Amino acid sequence: MKYIDEFRNSQVAKKLIENIQRKINPERKYNLMEFCGGHTHAIHRYGINQILPANIKLIHGPGCPVCVLPIPRIDQAIWLANQPDVILCSYADMLRVPGDKQDSLLKAKARGAQIQIVYSVLDALEIAKNQSDKMIIFFAIGFETTTPPTAHAILEAKKMGLDNFKVFCNHVLTPVAMTAILDDNEVNIDGFIGPSHVSIIVGSDAYREVAQEYQKPVVIAGFEPLDVLQSIEYLIDLINENKPDIINQYTRAVNPEGNLKAQEIIARVLEKRQQFSWRGLGQIAKSGLKIRQEYAHFDAEVYYNLPEFQSDDVKSCECPQILRGIKEPKDCKLFGKACTPENPMGACMVSSEGACAAAFQYSLISR
Amino acid sequence: MKINYKGNIDLTIGAGGRAMNQLIHDLMLAEFDNEFLAQQGDQAILPPANGKLAFSTDSYVVSPLFFNGGDIGSLAINGTVNDLAAGGATPLYIAAGFIIEEGFPLAQLREIVKSMAKAAKTANVKIVTGDTKVVEKGKGDGIFINTSGIGVVENDWVATSPQTDDLVIINGAIGDHGMAIMSKRQGLNFASDISSDCAALNSLIASLAPYQKHIRIMRDPTRGGVSAVLNEWATFYNCSFEIDEEKLLVNESVRGLSEILGFDPLHIANEGKVMLVVAKDYADEICSLMKNHPLGQESRIIAKVNPASQVKVSMKTLFGGLRRVDWLNGEQLPRIC
Ligand code: SF4
Ligand code: SF4
Repeated sequence: MKYIDEFRNSQVAKKLIENIQRKINPERKYNLMEFCGGHTHAIHRYGINQILPANIKLIHGPGCPVCVLPIPRIDQAIWLANQPDVILCSYADMLRVPGDKQDSLLKAKARGAQIQIVYSVLDALEIAKNQSDKMIIFFAIGFETTTPPTAHAILEAKKMGLDNFKVFCNHVLTPVAMTAILDDNEVNIDGFIGPSHVSIIVGSDAYREVAQEYQKPVVIAGFEPLDVLQSIEYLIDLINENKPDIINQYTRAVNPEGNLKAQEIIARVLEKRQQFSWRGLGQIAKSGLKIRQEYAHFDAEVYYNLPEFQSDDVKSCECPQILRGIKEPKDCKLFGKACTPENPMGACMVSSEGACAAAFQYSLISR
Repeated sequence: MKINYKGNIDLTIGAGGRAMNQLIHDLMLAEFDNEFLAQQGDQAILPPANGKLAFSTDSYVVSPLFFNGGDIGSLAINGTVNDLAAGGATPLYIAAGFIIEEGFPLAQLREIVKSMAKAAKTANVKIVTGDTKVVEKGKGDGIFINTSGIGVVENDWVATSPQTDDLVIINGAIGDHGMAIMSKRQGLNFASDISSDCAALNSLIASLAPYQKHIRIMRDPTRGGVSAVLNEWATFYNCSFEIDEEKLLVNESVRGLSEILGFDPLHIANEGKVMLVVAKDYADEICSLMKNHPLGQESRIIAKVNPASQVKVSMKTLFGGLRRVDWLNGEQLPRIC
């Protein structure tokens, strides 16, 4: 773990900031979207937003799986947890995400639903092995990073003939979401600080469409603060030269084609849905994954004939605008007042990677 | 008859009859052995104390029970000792309550009790009274321990408000305990060498007696970590603190694991650290005095007191940015991907 220090060196940081200052054209604005919540977090935590020149605007994108899952899917998870003899296994963050009428998995758990916090899908598989009298449902969420383990778990369950293991699949695709944001006329973005962990799986080539068809440069960046600064410098270069290229700053982990083995497992078990709804972005075609027919036995949606729910975000919650970079957390009337991490009204306040949570936790603005 | 430590706690032991009596006799009384406990009453009658009394209680529900650098037993003793010491008291007596789940291995209970006895000896406190209850399987999480402690404040030290420009000292690296636990949690079996800093701080704190006048407040940053202590002080005393990130010591493996999990070491629990707010002019002397003690070798000044302002606790980052350091919201949880 030695490498971490090298990515936090304040001397190197000074140098990078000087470069950025020297390179920017003071006449123009640079609207950079960090797609990934991990970057949002690093930017606030190290105060990077405060040391950049004022004409660089960092926009927090939808890159946190907790933030983008729409309310009806939460309601469905709560419904599943309430079925007899079910143990719903979930990542902890999801427990606090508000569903319809501010209900949540956490509240359902307090009412007696069996909900177990797990750190990975393999924990859920383990529970299924040991508790054959219960139905174990894994609440699968996340971008390409968490998808391969889910697919792998389904293959394992099949191999073992585990009948009491199901997956409620909510995996979504990053590059598709980026193009969907760019299709929105209200949105104004000059370039992307590209996801790090996601790109390990999908590879840097996955952003060709964003870069070439939409003419927006992408720099894939690591999560360390110096990674972020260096990526901003690269982006400024690309924007200045009008070059919609892809640069891979995070070469220590990402290659052009990504992790082929992981991609293969995903493709074997999961397929694209026609439509999937994102919180804040609405329906996006071919942006979500579901379990293939061949593995339908493990699909909680199929097994339980899952009912549809119709529920909306809290009225004045600005999450949809924030996820598209049209507004900032402090523009939301509820920010820091009715909506806090202890009592989130919208999803952006739940995960520590959500834009509202990061702003609430780290920024010096009054609240 | 001898207790078979290969067995488990069962409800006969819990019924309070002979089996329970034998367990208490052979294990607790033998290990904790001292003249007050030997009275074997429902209470311990203690000699008059010379000063004001300090009284503190805490319950320990840690999982896993055994971790690198300690276990629930040493934690239960050191935790209460530190709560008393950080209030300026000399810890003297401890009461220990055990709530044990049916089925709990007796061998583990013995290990925990022995560890408590050892920690008490090191901290120079006596376990003078106690209680043991057994709950049905499924109604506990292995074992819970409550400890209450009495100490005496011999001189008249009382906490006072921090003043502008005062400095904050801590006796070393942060986050070791919480990360030692985290790295051993189910599903997160990281091969790591992180060891808890679990230790009794009373002798370190006692060594600062000559500077007592210049110490405004002390606290051990346990759950919620350094950020919780500073935020509590800031709110209570209406002042603000600015941490200097460059001065913070975070061990490399703690830093690495925090990075992977998306944790902030400022929020992570410690069990062998004390934070002091001291008058500026004496900060260096106090810090060097602390460095003479085995538990204070890495003492350092990490923050300063600013006048009250809107943002109560902030940190100058390595990059020169300034950011808020908030309370932890809920539990820190590993990032999803
Ligand atoms: S890697 Fe995954 S969880 Fe982390 S910020 Fe990106 S999308 Fe969010
Ligand atoms: S502050 Fe809360 S309610 Fe407002 S946009 Fe953020 S998450 Fe939604």
